[in-house]
Amino acid sequence: MSDLTSAGTAIGGAPVAGDGPTTDAPGGKERSASLWADARRQLLRDPVFVIALLYILAVGSMAAFPKLWTSQDPRACSTDRSRVSPSGEHPFGFDVLGCDYYAHAIYGARPSMVIAVMATSGIVLFGGVLGLLAGYYGGWVDAVISRVMDIFFSLPFLLGAIVFLTVIKRQNIWTITAVLFLLAWPTIARIIRGSVISSKDLDYVHAAKAVGARNSRLMFRHILPNAIAPMLVYATIVLGSFVAAEATLTFLGVGLQQPAQSWGIMISTHQVYFLDDPWLLLFPCGLLVGTVLSFILMGDALRDALDPKFR
Amino acid sequence: MGRYVIRRLLQFIPTVLGTMFLLHYMTSLAIQFSGNPVRALFGDRTPDPALLQAITERLGYADPCLDQRGNPCFGLFLDRLQNIFFHFDFGINLRQREVTELVADAIPFTLKLLVIAIVFEAVVGIAAGVLAGLRGGSFTDYLVKISTVFVISVPIFVLGLVVREFVGVKFGNVLRGQDWIPDVIASGMFSPGFKPDYPFASLIIPGMVLGAVSLATTARLTRTSIMENIRADYVRTAKAKGLTNKRVIGVHTLRNSLIPVITFLGVDIGAAMAGAVVTETIFNVPGIGRLVTLSARTGESSVVVGVVTMLVLVVLVANLLVDLLYAVLDPRIRYE
Repeated sequence: MSDLTSAGTAIGGAPVAGDGPTTDAPGGKERSASLWADARRQLLRDPVFVIALLYILAVGSMAAFPKLWTSQDPRACSTDRSRVSPSGEHPFGFDVLGCDYYAHAIYGARPSMVIAVMATSGIVLFGGVLGLLAGYYGGWVDAVISRVMDIFFSLPFLLGAIVFLTVIKRQNIWTITAVLFLLAWPTIARIIRGSVISSKDLDYVHAAKAVGARNSRLMFRHILPNAIAPMLVYATIVLGSFVAAEATLTFLGVGLQQPAQSWGIMISTHQVYFLDDPWLLLFPCGLLVGTVLSFILMGDALRDALDPKFR
Repeated sequence: MGRYVIRRLLQFIPTVLGTMFLLHYMTSLAIQFSGNPVRALFGDRTPDPALLQAITERLGYADPCLDQRGNPCFGLFLDRLQNIFFHFDFGINLRQREVTELVADAIPFTLKLLVIAIVFEAVVGIAAGVLAGLRGGSFTDYLVKISTVFVISVPIFVLGLVVREFVGVKFGNVLRGQDWIPDVIASGMFSPGFKPDYPFASLIIPGMVLGAVSLATTARLTRTSIMENIRADYVRTAKAKGLTNKRVIGVHTLRNSLIPVITFLGVDIGAAMAGAVVTETIFNVPGIGRLVTLSARTGESSVVVGVVTMLVLVVLVANLLVDLLYAVLDPRIRYE
């Protein structure tokens, strides 16, 4: 990380001080690094961002390698242990079927994270390309893409998802990802379109065009790198809202179904036991809210770091 | 103004048709890829073929284009449009009741819920936003900032569940144990679910939960726009000519600052309708939202499609009205 930072500084140079390009990163405040190196430095100094990032890394590792976190089998259940309170050996206690609740919570991270990551990558790629085309070419391409986006925008997200998932009946990770992707891509496309339009008339783009760069080179080499920051911010926040959306759909009965394991299922199965055994609800709710909150805080910190106006 | 209205109305028609088609294509694709939705009603049992055929035809899933994957089924779409716009027919449920009838029974509850939610978020959100915006960096400012992030990150169903259990059940039980508290408050307002005996009081807390999500955005929006406007030249002029502080803030600043907030509140009606699905399910309110969830759980897709189509039309009309209202409030838009 640190040598990357100094590489960024070295490339940006410190022409004010009149040093050569080989200078090691000086400690002075005058250095002008690239936007990304600057942002990285600011982010790593921001305690909120670091805590949120650590939390997300923890949840991510739960999703990727649940065995790291627990050696219990979440499917080893026995009803005579139903709703036994948390203890040292079983920190989250047992659920209503007598399964280890901690193991269930760890294994439950995977579906939410997989859905959120797949759907977000989908909308970033698809929405990004469409937004880039609409913003760069303008004219009828823009008109067509923008009208299609308007149509997707007027369908409230939750209602559209409920309709699709009710009719398709196969409510698994893939269909939920598909419906989240389908209903959310226009937001990213609109953001990218806006920032492409605002940066396509800048001098360096005209310069590149004058030298004879082709359209694809102009788009991907010159315009996109400078238009990508707002998309990155939004994509981070959208990851959090997709985690919440999966849990909400599951809670309404159109998302993942038993015997799949997810935080949404944990919450909807145990909501009736809240008064007797509140921990059955508080653990999954806490994990869920923590994840969504971390993504939102990371997005906010990224926005502050990537927008030079805030410096 | 007239030209703006006409242009906006002309844009409205293709958007409505496009959204309806999107909804239609999504359902058609789902049917084409997973088979006849009527089968879901029978669960594990093998249905009698004649019965299956009859129900399928009755619900309008018999069209052969629903067997061809990827076929957009334009014929079916035109039929549906005709039914909706000429006969006001949104389909029927399994017991032969019209979806319009089901919605007519449910809509009073949803409307009350929405009104409570919007009033709550408008009054509290704008008040908090104004307080925070006038004194940037103060305690109120930080309170609004932190609570907005927090409210945004708690999914509405988690908030609803926690409120139902803590406020409705636990706190409600304490109140119900006291003799001097009137019944309207103890078992009406603080009840864990909707009570037909107290049709208004028992909707107040569900409405506040529904409004809480957008409350944060309203407060934030008001705060930003007050902060922008308070430095504007016309506010300085108003102060310089010696108007009272109350008039400068209440008339000159607030009026301009509220334009984006009103737009947001209008657009938010759509989001609130979707949120009502969750809130009504949690608090057992017999409104449109619970109708959608119950039919979704039992697999009555014809009801879900019909009700959602209707809701989408309402949302589109609401958006149109907001745009027209926006033009009334802000002259810059209509002279474009």
